Amino acid sequence: MAKIVIDGVEHEVNPDNNLLQECLSLGLDLPYFCWHPSMGSVGACRQCAVMQYRDADDKEGMLVMACMTPAADGAIISIEDEGAKSFRSEVIESLMTSHPHDCPVCEEGGECHLQDMTLMSGHNYRRYDKKKRTHRNQYLGPFVNHEMNRCITCYRCVRFYGDYAGGTDLSAQASHHHVYFGRHEEGVLESEFSGNLVEVCPTGVFTDKAFSENYSRKWDLQTAPSVCVGCSVGCNTSPGERYGSLRRTVNRYNSEVNGYFLCDRGRFGFDFVNNSDRLLEPVQRVDNTGELLADDQVKAFIKEFKADGTIGIGSPRASNESNFALRAMVGEENFYAGYSDVEHESMQVLLDLASDTAFHSPSVREIEMADAVLILGEDVTNVAPRIALALRQSVRNKAKDLADESRIPQWQDSAVRELAQHDLSPLSIISSAVSRLDDVASDRVIESLSVVAAMGHQIANKISASAPKADCSAAHDQVIEKIVEQLKAAKRPLIIAGNSNGSEVIRAAANIARALYDFKDNSAIDLCLLVPEVNSVGMSLMTNAKNPLGAALKKLHDGTAKRVIVLENDLYRRASRAKVDAALTAATKVLVLDQLPTSTTANADVVLPATAFSEHEATYINYEGRAQLSFQVHQCKKQAQPSWRWLCDAEHVDDLVERCCNEVPGLARLREVLPGENPFIAGMKVPRQSHRYSGRTAMTANVNVHEPKQREDKESVMSFSMEGMPAQKDASVHAASWAPKWNSNQSISKFQDEVNGELKQGHPGCLLIERKDSSGSYFKAGSDSIEPSANQLRLVFSYQIFGSDELSARSKPIQARMTDAYIGLSPQDAQKRDLRQGDVATISPLGSP
Amino acid sequence: MVTNPLTKNIDMSRPPLDITAYEANDGYQSVHAIAKGLSPEDVLELVKGSGLKGRGGAGFPTGLKWSFVPRGDNSPKQKYLVVNADEMEPGTFKDRLLMEGDPHLMLEGMIIAAYTIQASKAYIFLRGEYTVSEVVLRNAIKEAYEKGYLGKDILGTGFDFDIIMHTSAGRYICGEETALLNALEGKRANPRAKPPFPQVSGLWGKPTIVNNVETLCNLPGILTYGIDWYQGLAKGNDHGTKLFGVSGKVKTPGCWELPLGLPIRELLEGYAGGMQDGLELRGFLPGGGSTDFMLPEHLDITLDYDEIAKVGSRLATGTMIVLDDKTCPVGMVGNLMKFFAHESCGFCTPCRDGLPWVDQIFRDFENGEGSEKDLQILHDHVTYLGPGRTFCALAPGATAPLGSGLKYFKEDFEKHITEKRCSYKH
Repeated sequence: MAKIVIDGVEHEVNPDNNLLQECLSLGLDLPYFCWHPSMGSVGACRQCAVMQYRDADDKEGMLVMACMTPAADGAIISIEDEGAKSFRSEVIESLMTSHPHDCPVCEEGGECHLQDMTLMSGHNYRRYDKKKRTHRNQYLGPFVNHEMNRCITCYRCVRFYGDYAGGTDLSAQASHHHVYFGRHEEGVLESEFSGNLVEVCPTGVFTDKAFSENYSRKWDLQTAPSVCVGCSVGCNTSPGERYGSLRRTVNRYNSEVNGYFLCDRGRFGFDFVNNSDRLLEPVQRVDNTGELLADDQVKAFIKEFKADGTIGIGSPRASNESNFALRAMVGEENFYAGYSDVEHESMQVLLDLASDTAFHSPSVREIEMADAVLILGEDVTNVAPRIALALRQSVRNKAKDLADESRIPQWQDSAVRELAQHDLSPLSIISSAVSRLDDVASDRVIESLSVVAAMGHQIANKISASAPKADCSAAHDQVIEKIVEQLKAAKRPLIIAGNSNGSEVIRAAANIARALYDFKDNSAIDLCLLVPEVNSVGMSLMTNAKNPLGAALKKLHDGTAKRVIVLENDLYRRASRAKVDAALTAATKVLVLDQLPTSTTANADVVLPATAFSEHEATYINYEGRAQLSFQVHQCKKQAQPSWRWLCDAEHVDDLVERCCNEVPGLARLREVLPGENPFIAGMKVPRQSHRYSGRTAMTANVNVHEPKQREDKESVMSFSMEGMPAQKDASVHAASWAPKWNSNQSISKFQDEVNGELKQGHPGCLLIERKDSSGSYFKAGSDSIEPSANQLRLVFSYQIFGSDELSARSKPIQARMTDAYIGLSPQDAQKRDLRQGDVATISPLGSP
Repeated sequence: MVTNPLTKNIDMSRPPLDITAYEANDGYQSVHAIAKGLSPEDVLELVKGSGLKGRGGAGFPTGLKWSFVPRGDNSPKQKYLVVNADEMEPGTFKDRLLMEGDPHLMLEGMIIAAYTIQASKAYIFLRGEYTVSEVVLRNAIKEAYEKGYLGKDILGTGFDFDIIMHTSAGRYICGEETALLNALEGKRANPRAKPPFPQVSGLWGKPTIVNNVETLCNLPGILTYGIDWYQGLAKGNDHGTKLFGVSGKVKTPGCWELPLGLPIRELLEGYAGGMQDGLELRGFLPGGGSTDFMLPEHLDITLDYDEIAKVGSRLATGTMIVLDDKTCPVGMVGNLMKFFAHESCGFCTPCRDGLPWVDQIFRDFENGEGSEKDLQILHDHVTYLGPGRTFCALAPGATAPLGSGLKYFKEDFEKHITEKRCSYKH
């Protein structure tokens, strides 16, 4: 630690950081624009100027940019110095010369970092009376609006989009006060992370287009801490609701998971909640028409299902509580997996590996720390996008090492990038198709899945001779050798695979990790195994290995089971149409709980409306076994209820969590994600509405002029109200980030124990899976590979960030980016079959999974 | 002995000397001296000892700059030399004379510099408009390769050296050495933060020395004729000769090689022939557009880096722009502000948004719409855009004529406000 003096007060700081970051960590107010906690310093905006003194006798001092000055031991600085203050105010005056006076109609207003910093700098009168420069805006696609006149040229957008996220279609153009940030021509922003521009931009240049269409001020949004249900990463979000509709999703900081950034599926995929097709009433199907059910009819119906001969099919997109309630109702032996049999099989492999101390399942933050990565068979950008963004940071670890050698501080972002140029940490990708990470890959092999797996086994064998050999052509010997050396040399190697296409590749990946474990004297190796859905892991922990979906369908078909309850699941996405049709037709009664109509609800006898993620409190378990709590943001209109409430008598999520802890072995620590013993401060709940929430007395006046009583929330530590104690103390209920003088998302530093640290007194979720022993052994190579014969092709699922996830695919902004379903054929495969562009080919399935 | 080492071969009435003629006049002797056993350390000591200061404008000691390049086995193998031939400073046309007039002199200087820092590759970053220089240099490079002064194992020294010509797409900011490096890498020509200095992390992240054309042209003489000769050239505290230029309404504007330390009067009244008939000297910018005005009372000051600094200006490129009494000083400063505002790269706030405001105010003054308020804003910008506040030296450079102009020509600014017009215009 170093000691520095700020305005006469001595502070302990970290000398590896810059002065700005340390001032913010200390809780001091110092304005800035171009610096970003995860993107470091470039010194462009000159807003964080402070006065630095040589020694105690130096009374004059010298202006320095805090973001570009190391917090070196003995530094004496002043934030309050008049010279520094007046310079900071002049910088704002400059920035304002061309900034429009459009705050009242700007979407950013009320959460604008520029507004905050302007106020903080003290600048309040514009002397500039010349013409403002103006720009033309561009169409950038369905996610992001462009309003360049508001730009203050902090360069954050291009630094995030290009440097951080690897996008190539947004750039800084022109010079002097005409600098323009945009695409070379109008068009859809290509990056899967474009939505972050909305949060990265300190003012209203890039705004949320979906939000703009149904706009509300930040302070008017009802908000609660939530977890994205788009994939298995479990990024933390703050969805905002107004007038009963969900308006937007913004990032909610979690030091271990998503940090400051979300993917576009997560940001724009919430809109299915507002879908006009939402199931909102209990309906019984009678002769192809729906008939509304009264409460007692529903009760009677449920009672009927409580008899013997009922089975339940769970859901990887439903909460632990709902899955558990179904399991408790039908009995563990009658609870079946809600994903395909192939996925069920690979999930069993995955769960076995999860208890092995040879492996460590890395968090997103830990993935960023890897210094050699091998991706085997998985398209990370499309399956778990946020992890792809983390991998882009991991390849920069080489640059950080080089910077250390040259004594360039790591926070000096552009200098570090300049020094390292294209010198990246190794990232090798062996899979069946091109991917969006190829541009940072050190090696790239595209092969059929069985060759991918064989290469994996071969790598394992070369690392440790105890790993079994695989039959592998010599064609890839060189690259295998190279990858082996890279993994062996790495301090923190990382192997990534997933269950998009069965367990074959997972086994190979596990062998590599185990070989490294042997090679590295038994220190746990990062093995990241991706699964597709938000609660794939949670549901699998509750499901008996002997209960795959296929068994359930068979039981229904052969009459062993009579009734089935399908929990938030479209079975037609999980098994072949013929099998599902046969099972549902044979069943005497089919009860489906879901949010939106699907092919499965169309074949149900009774459909019960289930609440969406923002309408209930729930826990989910992400790919690494991290349990997280997602709060209810708003109430569902009409009669939808959390599925568990339809199925059991539990009063409260907490009760079900408690029962999960006791009855499901893998979930024993689930209760740790619940707010602590005494969640209330001075007996008050945490309000979901900000203290500036407006229109409460008027918003339902069109229905009734009397203000309705605020609805009580008996289940949660949060209230549907403005009253209460804002979330300052318990970060697990830290929803919308706000602090005095800091209305924008930059207020997050006020809640972190230090910049980029954990939220004060909060926890980033709870790792449930306990690793017991390392008695596991190597998998046999090649035992399960499927090799298509000459006239056959092997079908490989290719996940799409926009479209593959069932619910987000029913959000309007996502739909605008979805492609039609397609079957792709590699040029080599086409050539083998003498197919040319424009030919018509027929592909018929040979037994479906 | 030679007294004009920079221009001894230059005669603009004929094409530059070819390599044979150049060699005949002591050309490439320094390379032969190196081949006879001068080590890089020896050369570094010679250059340090000569007291040569960079001729690009900042006047930083060349030997000292070179000594920051990491040496030894642990240092990055690849190092680069980059010639800053992007001569863009308003009023400056000295490097052009050297490149068009005697290209081999610069190439010889480049070999010396590259050998000293052990750079196997050099780039000439040439101002795009210098089309004659490009042709002349390309031809000279070809000749030097043919004679074995460039390429592999130069004169049996084991030293390999290649020169690559790059013609700039043209921005003033590319004269700033780190912006130049970005431009050379094909990136946006924004300056880089210093530290790290290019000597440590320069072109493509490798140790790099960026030297001005004239600086390099000083090197062959130092190696060929020695330090004592070099130091004997100057009249004052600084060493060697320098190209000095005069533009403006003088009788014979031009560019001459003169010893450092001559009185300014000798340059202005002697070489440049004094003011044109009927005109009086109002002031002058001694070293290009980004230096402070000096006044007729300063004419007896000598052309030394330190002497000129004493009256608050800079020798910089040594090419002066003269202001006469029939030209509006407000217009002259305004013209410079227009240039600087346009050439701001747009990276840091004060320069990007401050200079265009200053420029706009000058346009208003020109149109008779200047106000006291605007005058105050100009004064504010002199401090606001000053050294240490901006990312690079562009805006502080612009404040030099602005600040000194406001100080020395106060009454002209005020007259524009009170008369609501420019009184120099008819």
